[in-house]
Amino acid sequence: MYSEKVMDHFQNPRNVGTMSDADGVGQVGNPVCGDMMTFYIKVKEARIADVKFQTFGCGAAIAVSSMVSEMAIGKTIEEALKITNESVAEELGGLPKNKMHCSNLGADALHKAIENYQEKQKETEPPSGSPEKSQDKETCSCPYCEGPIEGLENTCVSCHIEFADCPECHKPMNKKADECPHCGATKPRV
Amino acid sequence: MRRIYLDHIASTPVHPDVLEAMIPYLKEKFGNPQSLHSPGQQALEAIEDARDRVARLINAGSSEILFTSSGSEANNFALKGLAFANQKKGKHIVLSAIEHQSILHAAKSLERSGFTFFYLPVDKHGMVDPDDVRNAITDETVLVSVMFANGEVGTIEPLQEIAEICRDREVLVHTDAVDAVGNVPVDVKALGVDALSLAGNQFYGPKGSAALFLKKGRRILPFIDGGIQEGGRRAGTEDVPAIVGMGKAADIAFQNMESRMAKMQTLRDSLIKRLPESIDHTVLTGHPEKRLPHHASFCVEFVEGEAMLLNLDMQGIALSSGSACTSRALKASHVLLAMGIDHALAQSSLVFSLIDSISLEDIDYLLEVFPPIIERLRKMSPLYSQYLQEKKK
Repeated sequence: MYSEKVMDHFQNPRNVGTMSDADGVGQVGNPVCGDMMTFYIKVKEARIADVKFQTFGCGAAIAVSSMVSEMAIGKTIEEALKITNESVAEELGGLPKNKMHCSNLGADALHKAIENYQEKQKETEPPSGSPEKSQDKETCSCPYCEGPIEGLENTCVSCHIEFADCPECHKPMNKKADECPHCGATKPRV
Repeated sequence: MRRIYLDHIASTPVHPDVLEAMIPYLKEKFGNPQSLHSPGQQALEAIEDARDRVARLINAGSSEILFTSSGSEANNFALKGLAFANQKKGKHIVLSAIEHQSILHAAKSLERSGFTFFYLPVDKHGMVDPDDVRNAITDETVLVSVMFANGEVGTIEPLQEIAEICRDREVLVHTDAVDAVGNVPVDVKALGVDALSLAGNQFYGPKGSAALFLKKGRRILPFIDGGIQEGGRRAGTEDVPAIVGMGKAADIAFQNMESRMAKMQTLRDSLIKRLPESIDHTVLTGHPEKRLPHHASFCVEFVEGEAMLLNLDMQGIALSSGSACTSRALKASHVLLAMGIDHALAQSSLVFSLIDSISLEDIDYLLEVFPPIIERLRKMSPLYSQYLQEKKK
């Protein structure tokens, strides 16, 4: 199911932990979505000096977090912001199609930690509770009516739209739609 | 490395005697049961003999057994076949919310033909209340389908009471007994059901061997049209080796039912007692007593199911995580959510289902290697850190 590299990062995740004096903290996902990641970064001279993370999630989610942390350390802020979901998955030697959303979370969590750092830089005092408010709901709520995706899988309980995975960003989209509401990718009708 | 297989619910191994019984039908006894020559007639005798054996296991008549290729096919056959054959009476069907996907998805497909469904709730143990069945039945109801036992949480449903209610209201009742037949006594006459699904690979038969029990006189619409196999109700050349294998497995299950159950129950109860002692914040899912004898399922808080499963696999222990992590947008199990378990906990589920070869030493080994895995994963879990922080306050 998983590549050797994924299994290696899953078995021996790098940089697990928390940071009490972090310069930036980013949290994405929640248990309703199935995965949750918290990233902590330490910044020195505009470079990411250290990263720690904690992850609740499947094998892919843990491997992705570990890989993102490894990729980010030593990079400048600008370079780290360029780490994409695709590049993480690529570094891991690929992920199963139905696990691609895990790589979305990894890069998102890092970017949120960086945003948090940048906000702190702008304001003298740290913003209160900013890691909580997020757009991460999009991975587990219906992209059309924002209702929860519950009950029978792949169907919105509120608007009854049946979902398929977007072939590009792997987030849920209307099975019958031609365009993904998340990334705008068009898909050939099946 | 020690290898322990704890995923009976996914499939049992094939019993050596079952394999031995099958082999001639893959080799020299290869005839088509519908052929009139001797090799054909030899194969026909073999499948009719297997039909008798399977019928005996569930106290049915031989002519009431229709062989299918899987439990899912049997479920689809029952739901769709009975729905369409009886649609003149009405198009309303009652199901439990915790049915297997092959029932729930067959229902979704029937919705497109105008059938409507009522989903029975379950209590915190995954148990259906027969009173809810009584209240759900309308004049339009043609069929009630409630599983005999749930494969994710092991709970055995009060089917006899449910069937009695259905009989009073002249509504057909089907039960998906795939996880139960061969592991607990199942008697279709005592239960009073009209249809029942079973699968051979749940009791040491081969994969691809399954059957639908259909009470004599009940009409069903075939969905594989063709030849006259299975009384014209399920066309296609019979899978003779698989059917013979299931017949032999049914024999073995029938003869060893009590001793097997006693052994499984002892191991199961040991696991149910000792796992929560070895790992804190571990809760049993499903009914504590009214459950399959070979089934113990838990939620291990703060840790995701697949992460546990992969780690245990690396230690040679194969089991399943109840959570349907492979599904896309929704990941938590519909069974656990229906039981009122919250999303985070529902992601943390594990299903241990025991097979014949498991010993108490295997359980000891499991309890030795599992706690360090959990300790490691919890250190990594933001949910556990949150819990510890809140506890401090």
